[in-house]
Amino acid sequence: MALPPYTTVGEKIWHYFFRAICGLIFLFLIMPILVVLPLSFNVEPYFTFTEGMLRFDSEAYSTRWYKDILTNGMAAPDAPMDWAWFADSWKNGQWIRAIKNSFIIGIASTLIATSLGTLAAIGLSRSEMPYKRFIMAVLISPMIVPLVITAAGMFYAFAQIQLNQTYIGVILAHVVLGTPFVIITVTATLVGFDKSLIRASNSLGAGAGTTFFKIQMPLILPGVISGALFAFITSFDEVVAIIFLASPEQRTIPRQMWSGIREQISPTILAVATLLVLLSIILLTVIELLRRRSERLRGITRT
Amino acid sequence: MPNVIEPITAADGTPLKKKLARALFRSKIRAAGLVLPLFAFILCTFVVPIFALMVQGVHNDTFHTYMPRTAEVLEDWDGSSLPGELIFATLAKELAKTKKERTVGKVATRVNRQYSGARSTFTKTARKAVKMEAPFKNAILKADKKWKRVEFWQAIKLTSQTWTPAFYGAALDYELSLNDGFERKAEKERIHVKLFWRTLVISAVVMGFCLLLGYPVAYLLATLPLKTSNLLMILVLLPFWTSLLVRTTAWIAILQSQGVVNDILVWIGVTSNDSRFSLIYNMTGTVVAMTHILLPFMVLPLYSVMKTIPSSYVRAARSLGATPTWAFLKIYLPQTVPGIGAGGLLVFILAIGYYITPALVGGQSGVLISNMIAFHMKSSLNWSLAAALGGILLGGVLLLYWAYDRVVGIDNVKLG
Repeated sequence: MALPPYTTVGEKIWHYFFRAICGLIFLFLIMPILVVLPLSFNVEPYFTFTEGMLRFDSEAYSTRWYKDILTNGMAAPDAPMDWAWFADSWKNGQWIRAIKNSFIIGIASTLIATSLGTLAAIGLSRSEMPYKRFIMAVLISPMIVPLVITAAGMFYAFAQIQLNQTYIGVILAHVVLGTPFVIITVTATLVGFDKSLIRASNSLGAGAGTTFFKIQMPLILPGVISGALFAFITSFDEVVAIIFLASPEQRTIPRQMWSGIREQISPTILAVATLLVLLSIILLTVIELLRRRSERLRGITRT
Repeated sequence: MPNVIEPITAADGTPLKKKLARALFRSKIRAAGLVLPLFAFILCTFVVPIFALMVQGVHNDTFHTYMPRTAEVLEDWDGSSLPGELIFATLAKELAKTKKERTVGKVATRVNRQYSGARSTFTKTARKAVKMEAPFKNAILKADKKWKRVEFWQAIKLTSQTWTPAFYGAALDYELSLNDGFERKAEKERIHVKLFWRTLVISAVVMGFCLLLGYPVAYLLATLPLKTSNLLMILVLLPFWTSLLVRTTAWIAILQSQGVVNDILVWIGVTSNDSRFSLIYNMTGTVVAMTHILLPFMVLPLYSVMKTIPSSYVRAARSLGATPTWAFLKIYLPQTVPGIGAGGLLVFILAIGYYITPALVGGQSGVLISNMIAFHMKSSLNWSLAAALGGILLGGVLLLYWAYDRVVGIDNVKLG
């Protein structure tokens, strides 16, 4: 946005002042990530920048906290790094177990949430759907209701049917929390869906199943996948339900970080945080690519 | 020619109207059938559990479960003078029974919440009750002198009632007594109302900060050319996609007394090394971290509204003689009100139920009502009080949700 020639001095000052303010706000937004990255390579066991780090002394940096992700909780962390060492880490490592749990719970709940949510979104986007507004409000409400209340309610109810401290209980909770995101993204994709395609397919003799899988699904797939990614990241980042419903056996990465922050603050958390930032960058890129693809598929050109 | 118009019929002879209605009904069922699995799932794992917990806020049958006979005989007690031998005898028998079944602790804890100090009286008397003989009244009165107090009996009668408004009273800092009804608690015991207020104030402050920081950013993103704004959008979306715990951890690293901000302040000489600011583990920490975490929820709705405002409107106002400020206030700002409403309400709703961030960076002065609910749920195990506090919070949130649906419409929620 170049300034037109008729701008006064005051307007020019304001223009650059405004830019500067926005720059500071962007800095505020990105600062946590900027701080976490270098601190995770700190050689000292603190959350602070040492003088050596500021001088870019190579001795002030190390990858020990990344190694600690693997070794924490191992039976023999100092043994030579051979197959037995990796097997030990895979079996006993606390963070490794948390990572495994996060992926098990995340993937399972994403699969369920995506299939249920996509079906519901297709139903909700049909104009014939009765009580649409009310049902939509109920289905979105897990996103709105405070997590503590959701988790406490499940904790109370699951206690009566012995679901607490089981994988199933945790997965069910994460499905509930993930579905609103699937519904929102898939409904948004369906808004641009040309319904005459379904009629065309039907008139050409395709059954309901064929029409769904061959015509509708490929077109809304980008929305479904980004909904799935939202559901996955929700589960991957969720800690309140885990605190209430899970036993140490089902500890996930956020749960491990939670106790790490409260009990023994160690830069291993920052190393894990850095890895999580990398993961979110990857997911963000995938979502953006999907969005572009979806817009291209639906024939929307960006202006 | 007859005057009656023949109804149009389908190929099989049924009137078209009927046939159409049937087809519409069938497609209605089909649409509902698609939604049904998820709806049933949400009902079973979300709505019903929360409802069941909420019932606990007005219903507590601990006393009635373990001492049913005592609860029954207490119903007939007038509540003004010391009870008679019948009640004492029932009490002694059931205390002995709970002692044997090791459930006396649960009953004692329950009564203790109504009358502090009752715990030891119950366990002590239960221990002696095993060997008690008639007359039970004297035996029990000898066991502990609290049994002589009418107020103590009134408290027991209150706890023996299964349906009770006492927990909602407690959640609003009112104490229930048998004869006088609700009374406000002593000044220094009033913690919940203060906490509700603090939650509202912090949520409002966070919402205000989000608006203050989010508005310029959204404006910039909406007015810049698409290429640049897409690039800058990453700076908004990346924190949005980053784990909540990562961001909270980072704020600890930034704001702690040996953290980045304090280091910089010492370095430029704003403060000395010995008097570093305490920016975290208090309300400041909560507000800063929550503002950061919720800011994208403000920027995104604002951005999507601002995107649709043609820049020619402000230019037209300027060409008609309006100053930049006037053009902004009169032309631009009113058009962004839907975005402000959507973002503000969303941020407020999310902030009001926040738990993780206040628990980690809030210290003593920065905790919110959610933390109190979690405390009663997990540590003090006073589920009924947790349910009552949660019921009030949930009521408030649902009211805001309804307002949000009215103002924005939930089908207009956008993510990224």
